[in-house]
Amino acid sequence: MSGITNLTACETASAIAAGKLSAVDVAKAYLAAIERLEPAICAYNEVFADRAMDQARQIDAAISRGESVGPLAGVPVALKDNICTDFGRTTCSSKILANFHSPYSACVAEKLLAAGAVILGKTNLDEFAMGSSTENSATRTTRNPWDTSRVPGGSSGGSAAAVSAGLAAAAMGSDTGGSIRQPAGLCGVVGLKPTYGRVSRYGLVAYGSSLDQIGPITRDAADCALLLRAIAGHDSRDSTSLPADVPDYLAELETPLKNLRIGLPKEFFGQALDSEIRSAIDKAVGTYKSLGATAVEVSLPHSRIDVGPGGQLSSYAVACYYIVATAEASSNLARYDGAHYGHRTAGPVKDIIDMYSKSRAEGFGDEVKRRIMLGTYVLSSGYYDAYYLKAMKVRRLIKNDFDEAFKSCDALICPTSPTTAFKLGEKTADPIQMYLADIYTISLNLAGLPGVSIPAGLSASGLPIGMQLVGPVLSEGTLLRAARMFEKTSGTCNLMAKMVQS
Amino acid sequence: MVEGDPDVKPIVGLEIHVELHTATKMFCRCPNRFGDPPNSNVCPVCLGMPGVLPVMNRKALELGIKVGLALNCSAGGFSKWDRKGYYYPDLPKNYQISQYDLPICRDGWIEVPLDDGAVKKVRIRRAHLEEDAGKNIHDHADHTGVDLNRAGVPLLEIVSEPDINSSHEAGAYARAMQRLVRWLGASQANMQMGHIRFEPNINLHIASAGKTYKTPIVEVKNLNSFKALEAAVAFEIGRQTEEWRADPEGFSLEKLSKQNRGWDDVRMATVFQREKEEAHDYRYFPEPDLAPVEVGETWLESIRSQVGELPLQRRERYIKEYGLAFKDADALTQDGPTGDLLDGAVKAGADPKRSVNLLLGRGAAIANERGCQIAEIGLAVEQLAELAKMLADQEINATAAAKVFDLMIAGRQNPRQIAMKQGLLAVTDAGQIEKWVDQAIADNPSAVQDVRQGGKKQKKAFGFLMGQVMQKSRGAAAARQVQDLLEKKLGGGQQ
Ligand SMILES: [Zn+2]
Repeated sequence: MSGITNLTACETASAIAAGKLSAVDVAKAYLAAIERLEPAICAYNEVFADRAMDQARQIDAAISRGESVGPLAGVPVALKDNICTDFGRTTCSSKILANFHSPYSACVAEKLLAAGAVILGKTNLDEFAMGSSTENSATRTTRNPWDTSRVPGGSSGGSAAAVSAGLAAAAMGSDTGGSIRQPAGLCGVVGLKPTYGRVSRYGLVAYGSSLDQIGPITRDAADCALLLRAIAGHDSRDSTSLPADVPDYLAELETPLKNLRIGLPKEFFGQALDSEIRSAIDKAVGTYKSLGATAVEVSLPHSRIDVGPGGQLSSYAVACYYIVATAEASSNLARYDGAHYGHRTAGPVKDIIDMYSKSRAEGFGDEVKRRIMLGTYVLSSGYYDAYYLKAMKVRRLIKNDFDEAFKSCDALICPTSPTTAFKLGEKTADPIQMYLADIYTISLNLAGLPGVSIPAGLSASGLPIGMQLVGPVLSEGTLLRAARMFEKTSGTCNLMAKMVQS
Repeated sequence: MVEGDPDVKPIVGLEIHVELHTATKMFCRCPNRFGDPPNSNVCPVCLGMPGVLPVMNRKALELGIKVGLALNCSAGGFSKWDRKGYYYPDLPKNYQISQYDLPICRDGWIEVPLDDGAVKKVRIRRAHLEEDAGKNIHDHADHTGVDLNRAGVPLLEIVSEPDINSSHEAGAYARAMQRLVRWLGASQANMQMGHIRFEPNINLHIASAGKTYKTPIVEVKNLNSFKALEAAVAFEIGRQTEEWRADPEGFSLEKLSKQNRGWDDVRMATVFQREKEEAHDYRYFPEPDLAPVEVGETWLESIRSQVGELPLQRRERYIKEYGLAFKDADALTQDGPTGDLLDGAVKAGADPKRSVNLLLGRGAAIANERGCQIAEIGLAVEQLAELAKMLADQEINATAAAKVFDLMIAGRQNPRQIAMKQGLLAVTDAGQIEKWVDQAIADNPSAVQDVRQGGKKQKKAFGFLMGQVMQKSRGAAAARQVQDLLEKKLGGGQQ
């Protein structure tokens, strides 16, 4: 049955719809793969085995009755554990929500269920999506299927590892500063952060509200198109969701773009970039040129990456992000106080403030506390103008740079992350090093733009290299077509880690 | 020290929180309703569950703007939402969605009628929208309960400039504001239900030896009645005067920080809560979950067209046009719909004073019994107009009209039909009336003698005979006709 888990979501969906595979067989195959590989990967916080089988049986029954089923009927999908479901737990990989049962389901969960997806389980993440390696999880350490001594990236590390290891046909991640694209890049799968507002945030546990977006993590660009179509669209419960129609991303996917103009932001190809990654991207640009594309150099001055005398990196975008995101986070996470739900200290308390303090001290991990403190600081009276207000101005400048760049190109190509998957524990001691893992992804969130990371090949040591395609607002269709052009030519789609193949 | 020392000038600004009368809450679809069992009007959004998002209630925004326009504010245009952060169990998100630097209404004024007939103009600094918090319930032995039915109810916070100079003015300002928001249908403004709450900022400017001393500012939190508001302001004027007398140089605005005090209803005194320096840093920042609000000209005009005539303008008109006494004009302009009934009846041809008598007679009595406004007793304009006309034409007398009034608001029928059916129409047939009059004269010779003799018994005896005639007619005889005829038969000129 291991062949089943090698199928893409599109292949699985059409096989089930055509009666060549049953949803039950598919669910069984994935549950068996989870049983076999999950102890080594640790992608899931919770697996809904019984529920998934029930759903699969219902779908088979509906098909046997000749009823029309949704476009994802029988496709096993995993959800990042910060997407609320009214079944199972929604923990955000935090002690403070360890036993939290959401009374409602996120818009995205509802849409996936309505499309017939079988929800396999909830995947691990950096606590409250704060991190780039999934090591900030309070529940477990997720490993990269390509090398289990390495991180899967983060914060959607569980979702990326699950898709990469064949433990889910597709998964949902959330991306605040790169949390879909970076782990997708490090795990050799496709990860798309949609335009801000393309997908409803209703039911996504908020981290940085003005940056957060839910998006798919999949085996290839076609799966990404299939899943995006299912989850995108306006939602009256999210005032920031865009009232724009959702195109059929699959319909034109296989049609190559003519005269594609690629922009190469010169600031992203400086000395900070690993040489293997640079040559992989150069090669990819060559592939595009061979398909009729042209490449131009563009500039994103406010997303510039500076290298200090000691080799340390710095970036306006990263600085701006860690003010905006943490400010919002400090407010969004204020509700976890032990009063209404979530972890409450068992210890004796003097008064309500003491109860709040102890509950939060026990419930949050170090990185979450660090960001809450940072965010609280930048919003404090007397500091607001110097930090938050200035960051908002930088944010505007970053966006203006992109608007300017898109006057001369249709999409940007740049690395997804400065390195391939790093070792577990390698960056945990130095938060700044960890923050810099998002150096190429973070500006898009500040600008609200869509970006997709696709595999551009493997490094000499056999680790996936991610490449990012970035487009203007609501250009997901173009980005996916461009991604499809490349993956079909290069054969880098539906890569499976060696451990899975063996 | 009592209020009124000419050298002591109280400087008072008032923040008024008004709960807006909408069907649903500010950012979710839960009912905005008082008095339901605890935590029955709640949903994931107003409970502040993980992952929820607010959606603005447009009706609340419109009501806020409507109040602002009635307060002569510049309203609408571009405004935005902000988060105000503080930890309290009745605030589920531990931040309140409010408006910080761009409120929906700015720079207005209100005319406040004072007891002595003067009118005081108080400037309005701003009015902004926000969500209300829930309520902590302290009636459990070992823990505190939290009721979140009120959490998320739309609030309008109206902030005045410090233009108020006495406790009476503070009370008059607050009453004018209550009347205005009721008038506009923006709030029920019911004190018992906590629809309207006051927070005065008070300090004194004291003239002494050619110098002006300013006392530190005190904010009294959460006052729930006009009485408490007036008493708290008066108490603070006294307390601050005494403190200043004890230490004129030390007790000063420059040297001491702002203080928050609460009101103790039993001791009738303000009580220290905290120095403002220890106060929260609310860490305001723009609410990322809500788009800024842009109220363009067309939208603003459609709201402006709903504002209409304001209570003081209408009261003035009633005195001028209808010749009403101040007291009656004032009583009829406590809310909008009651005056609308009067205006409707007059427009339909009824006499203003007879209409007013009906409204403030049986109308006010029934409204009082039911604890509602006169306009809410079920009276239609057509009914009021018809009954007032019947009275003017003597087709019905006052006693019968009162009966008809009660019947017509119950059944929504035409008053003339009711009067006919119930036999309450006045008898105007001269022959029939003469019969009753003659009979009364024949039956009561001693009363007749008293009237004819004149003197101190005359008036009472005449009234007695009138009553006899009315009794014989079972209250149906047209009173004026009876009186005229009796006067004629008994010699005329008495009375
Ligand atoms: Zn609600």
